[in-house]
Amino acid sequence: MSEVSRAVQEPWPDLATQREGVGLGIWAFLASEVLFFGALLTTYAVYRGFNPAAFRAAASHTEIFYGTINTVLLLTSSVTMTIALRASEARLRATTINALVLTLALGLGFLACKGLEYHDDVVQGLVPGAGFALHDPPTQLFWMLYWIITGIHAIHLSAGILVVAVVVVLFRRDVIPVQDSTMEGVATYWHFVDAVWILLYALIYLVGRA
Amino acid sequence: MTLAQWTTAASNYAVRVDHLFWLLVVVSGLILLVVMALAVGFMIRYRSGAGAPRGELPEAFKHEVEIGWTAATLFLFLFIFWWAASTELSALSPPANALEIHVIAKQWMWRFQHPTGAREIDTLHVPANTPVRLVMTSEDVIHDLYLPALRLKQDILPDRYTYEWFTATKPGTYWLTCAEYCGTDHSRMAGKFVIMPAQDYARWTAAQPQGDDLAHEGAALFRTLGCSGCHTPGASVHAPDLHGVYGHLVHLADGRTVTADDAYLRDSILLPDKDIVAGFAPIMPSFQGVATEGDLVKLIAYLKSLGTGQAANGPTDQPARQPGARP
Amino acid sequence: MTEITLPFAPVEDTGAASYLDAGHTIASWLTTTDHKRIAILYALSITIFFFIGGAAIALVRLELIEPNGWFLTSDAYNRLFTLHGIIMVWFFLVPSIPATMGNFLLPLMIGARDVAFPRLNLLSWYLYVIGAAFTIYVLVAGGVDTGWTFYPPFSTNYSNGYVVAAATGVFVVGFSSIATGVNFIVTTHMLRAPGMTWFRLPLFAWSMYVVSLVMVLATPVLAMSLLLIVAERLFGLPVFDAAHGGDPILFQHIFWFYSHPAVYIMILPAMGVVSEVFACFSRRQVFGYAFMVYALLAIAVIGFMVWGHHMFVAGQSPLANLVFSFLSFIVAVPSAIKVFNWLATMYRGRISFEAPMLYALGFLGLFTIGGLTGLFLASVPIDVATTDSYFVVAHFHTIMVGGSVSAFMAGIHFWWPKVTGRLYSEFWAQFAAITMFLGFNVTFLPQFVMGWEGMPRRYHVYPDVFQVWHVISSGGAAILAVAYTLPLVYLGLSLVRGARAGDNPWHATGLEWQTSSPPPKENFRRVPRVEAGPYRYDAAGRPRPQGTPL
Repeated sequence: MSEVSRAVQEPWPDLATQREGVGLGIWAFLASEVLFFGALLTTYAVYRGFNPAAFRAAASHTEIFYGTINTVLLLTSSVTMTIALRASEARLRATTINALVLTLALGLGFLACKGLEYHDDVVQGLVPGAGFALHDPPTQLFWMLYWIITGIHAIHLSAGILVVAVVVVLFRRDVIPVQDSTMEGVATYWHFVDAVWILLYALIYLVGRA
Repeated sequence: MTLAQWTTAASNYAVRVDHLFWLLVVVSGLILLVVMALAVGFMIRYRSGAGAPRGELPEAFKHEVEIGWTAATLFLFLFIFWWAASTELSALSPPANALEIHVIAKQWMWRFQHPTGAREIDTLHVPANTPVRLVMTSEDVIHDLYLPALRLKQDILPDRYTYEWFTATKPGTYWLTCAEYCGTDHSRMAGKFVIMPAQDYARWTAAQPQGDDLAHEGAALFRTLGCSGCHTPGASVHAPDLHGVYGHLVHLADGRTVTADDAYLRDSILLPDKDIVAGFAPIMPSFQGVATEGDLVKLIAYLKSLGTGQAANGPTDQPARQPGARP
Repeated sequence: MTEITLPFAPVEDTGAASYLDAGHTIASWLTTTDHKRIAILYALSITIFFFIGGAAIALVRLELIEPNGWFLTSDAYNRLFTLHGIIMVWFFLVPSIPATMGNFLLPLMIGARDVAFPRLNLLSWYLYVIGAAFTIYVLVAGGVDTGWTFYPPFSTNYSNGYVVAAATGVFVVGFSSIATGVNFIVTTHMLRAPGMTWFRLPLFAWSMYVVSLVMVLATPVLAMSLLLIVAERLFGLPVFDAAHGGDPILFQHIFWFYSHPAVYIMILPAMGVVSEVFACFSRRQVFGYAFMVYALLAIAVIGFMVWGHHMFVAGQSPLANLVFSFLSFIVAVPSAIKVFNWLATMYRGRISFEAPMLYALGFLGLFTIGGLTGLFLASVPIDVATTDSYFVVAHFHTIMVGGSVSAFMAGIHFWWPKVTGRLYSEFWAQFAAITMFLGFNVTFLPQFVMGWEGMPRRYHVYPDVFQVWHVISSGGAAILAVAYTLPLVYLGLSLVRGARAGDNPWHATGLEWQTSSPPPKENFRRVPRVEAGPYRYDAAGRPRPQGTPL
C-alpha cells in the first residue's frame, strides 16, 4: 500500500480533502478556544475597568524578565513548528521530526521558566488569600486572574507538548507518514497557543509599564 | 391568607402592568386561536383520502405571502415592545424626596429600617400615596425582594446597594417574599407587606419602640468608631471634610470626578484605597469587619444629614442602576 | 453516468447485512467508530439520565402536593430540583437530538460514509460518560443545591453541596458538545455526496449544522464560567467576591451568554426534526425552504445577543434592559415564521396521523404557546413581575418539554424503523403521543396561572392559596410519567416482535430512506448521485427520491 493511501483515514476520499477537513476542524475547535479565553479575558477587562489603579499597582510586581524570556521561547517554537509543517509537506521525514523535537524542547523550556516564575511569585506572597502581600483588596483580583490565566495557558501548552511528543513517536515508528494531515492540525493549534501568549504578555506584564 | 393579598394591584404602576399583561393575553390568545384553527382545519380538510383540491401554489404568491406574514409579525412584535417599553420608562425615575427605607436581607430574614429609626423584622409598613424608595443590601448571598401586589421585584446583592421604588395606593396587608434562590429556607423567607394611610403610618412609626433615628445613631457611631479623630476640622491628620459631602462632586487623585452617593460613601468606609480624594494621602484604614451593615446604614444617614450637595436623594440619572454598575 | 466507488468500499460482500451485525460483543460497541453505533450508545445514556432527572422531579411534584412539606427536608428538596435541572439540561436535552439522531442521520442524509472524525465522535461519547460519572457521584454522595444556574456567592461560599464535582461534570460534558459540533461542521462542509449542494440539504441536516455552530461558540463560555466558580470554591480565589471588588453579576453575564444560546441548542434540532416529519406526513415539500434556512441562522445569530433578558432584575441598567428586551422581540420573529411555514406545509397536503405526526402536531401547538409566553417575558414590566415565578418555569418547560421532547419523540418514532429495521405498534405509539400532550397541558397550564398570581419558583413550602394548582400540576406529571414509560415498553417489544421494516416504510424522500433498514455499516452500497432538493412528492403524494442509486 502506498504511503498516501496509508495516510488517508475513513471516511475521507483522498488526502487533500482530508487535510482540508482537518484544517477546518482545527479552526472550528480554535473558535471554541477563542470564546473560552475570551470569557476569561472579558473578566480581566471588566475588573481592570473597575479598578485601574489597583491593577497597575498589582501588575508592577510581575516579573517581566521571566515573561520576556517566555515570549522569546514561544515565538521561536512557532518558527520551528512552521519548519516542521513545511518539511512534512515536502515529505522530509528527518527534518520534520527534528523540528518537532526542537519545538518540544522550547515548549518545555517555557514551562520550566514559568515554574521558576511561579516559585518567585509564591515566595513574594502574591497568592490571593490570607498571606497576600499587597494590602489593597482589588490587587487580589489582578493576581487571582494572573494565576488562572497563566495556569490555563500552561495547561493548553502542556496539552500541545503532549500531542507533539506523541506525534514525534508516531512519526519515528512510522505509524503514520509525515505527510498525513496530522501536522496541519498540530501546527495550527501550536500557533494559537503562541498567539494567546502574546496577548497575555501584554495584559499581564506590560500593564503600567508602557 | 387570601389570594387577593398576592393579586391585588396596589399601585398605579401595577395596574398598568396588568393592562399590558391582559393585552398580551388577548393578542396571544388570538394568535393561538388562529394557529390552532388553521392546524385543525387543515388536518380535517387535507387529511389523506379527503377530496380537497391539492397542488402547488404559484411561486410569486408564496413569496408575497411569506414576506407579508414576516412583516406583519415584525410590526406586531415591535408594537408590543413599544407598549412594554413605555410602561417601563414611565416608572424609571424615583420621585424626588421619596421616603427612604433601608432593607437588609440575610439568610433567611428581612430587616427593615425606617428613617425615623423604627425597625422591623419580616414585616414592612409603608405609607400609601407617598413615594417610597427601598435601599437594599444583603449580608450574605443574592436575595430578591418580591412585592407581588406591586408587581415589583429586585435582586439584592452583597456589598452593594440596589433600589426599588413605588407609590402604593391601596391600603391593606399583602405579601413580601424572597425571589432569588438563597439556600435551605429560601421558601420561608417571606413576610407581610402593609400599606397604611399616610397618617396611620406616621402614628405607627412614632409609636415604634426604637431610640434615635438613623442619623443620630450614625453620629454616635462616627465618634465611637473613631471617624471624628481625623474627619474634624482641626484634627492633626489631614482628612477630607465631610460636611455637605453627600451628593457633592468629588475630585479624585487619579483625575476622575465622581458624585458622593450612597455607594461612594460605603466604599470609602470599607475600601478606602479605591477612590482616593485628590490632595489626600491614602492613609485611611478600612472598616471592613468593624462596621456592620446596620452601622453603615446609620453612618451614611448621618453623613446625609450633614447637608447635601446638588442632589437631594442620590444620583438622579439612571437611578435604577446601582452606582458603579455597568450596563 | 459513471458509478461512484468509494476507496474503502468492501472488496467483497462481507455478508454482514447491517451495522448491527458488524460485531456482537460489548467491546465491539465500546470501541466502535461507526457513527450509527455511537448514536445508539448516546441514546442509551441519555435515556438513563432522562429517567433519573424524571425521578427527581417526580419526587418534587409529589412533595408539592402539600404546601408545608411532606416527606422531604428543604435541603433535600433543593438538591432534587437542582439535580433535575442539571441532568435534564446537560445530560438529556442538549445531547438528545444532535448526539442520537444527528449522529445517526447526518452522514446518511448527506450521502457520506461516516462523520468527518469518527474517533473524535467516540471520544465525545466518552466525555459524556465521564461527565455523567461526576454527576452520578454527586447524586450518590449527597447532591448539590445551587440550582442548575450555580449563582455565586451562594455556590462559592455558602452551599454545602458538592458544587465542585457537579460543575466539573458539566464542564466535561460541555466538551462532548463541542467535539460533536466540530465533527458536524466539518462533515457538512466536506463530505456531502456529489450533487448535494447546501440548498438541497434536508432541513434536519441544516439544523444539525447550525446547532453545531452554536454549540462550538457558546459552550466554551459556560466552561469558563464554571471553571471560575470552581477556582473560587476550591482555591479561595476572590473571583466573584464583592468584598474584594469581584462582581457576582459578572458570573451571571458569562453564564447566561452561554445559557441563552443553550436554549437554542435545545430547540433548533427539534425544529429540524419537525420539518422532516411535517414534509413526510403531509406528502409535501416544506413551505418556504429558503426562509426556513434563514430562520435557523437568524435564531442562532440573534440568540447570542439576548442573554440579558434573564437579568432584568439582577441589577442591569435600564438601557441594557431596553436593548435586550428589543432584541428578544426580534429573535421571536424567525421562530414565528417557522410556525407559519409548518402550517403552510399542511395546506393542500395529504395528511396522515401516524405517531411521528402526532408528536409534531403537539410540538406545533405547544411551541406556539411557549413562544407566545416568551413575548410576555421579553416585556420588561411583565418580566419584573413574573421572573423567578412559576410563569417562567412554565414558559421554558413548554418549549423544552412541550417542544423539544415532543420533537425528540417524533424523531425517535420516525427513524425507529431505519435504525432498528423494525416497526413498532402504531396504536400504542399514538396513544402515548396523545397521553403526553394531555399530560403536558395538565402539568404546565396551571403553572402559568399560579406564576402570574405570584407563586415563586424553587420553593419547597408555599402559601396554601396555590395548593389547588400544585395538585393539578402534580396530577399532570403523573400522566406524563405514564406517557414517557409507554415507549420504553412498545419500542422495546418491537425489537423482538416488531414487523420488519422495509427500506422506506413511510415513503419519505431523503437519502437515508434509500438504503436498507438497518443500513449497512458503510451506509450505502453505492452512494446516490443527488439531483434535486429534498421533499419532492408527486401530485398523488408519492416520494420522488432525492438521488438515484446507480
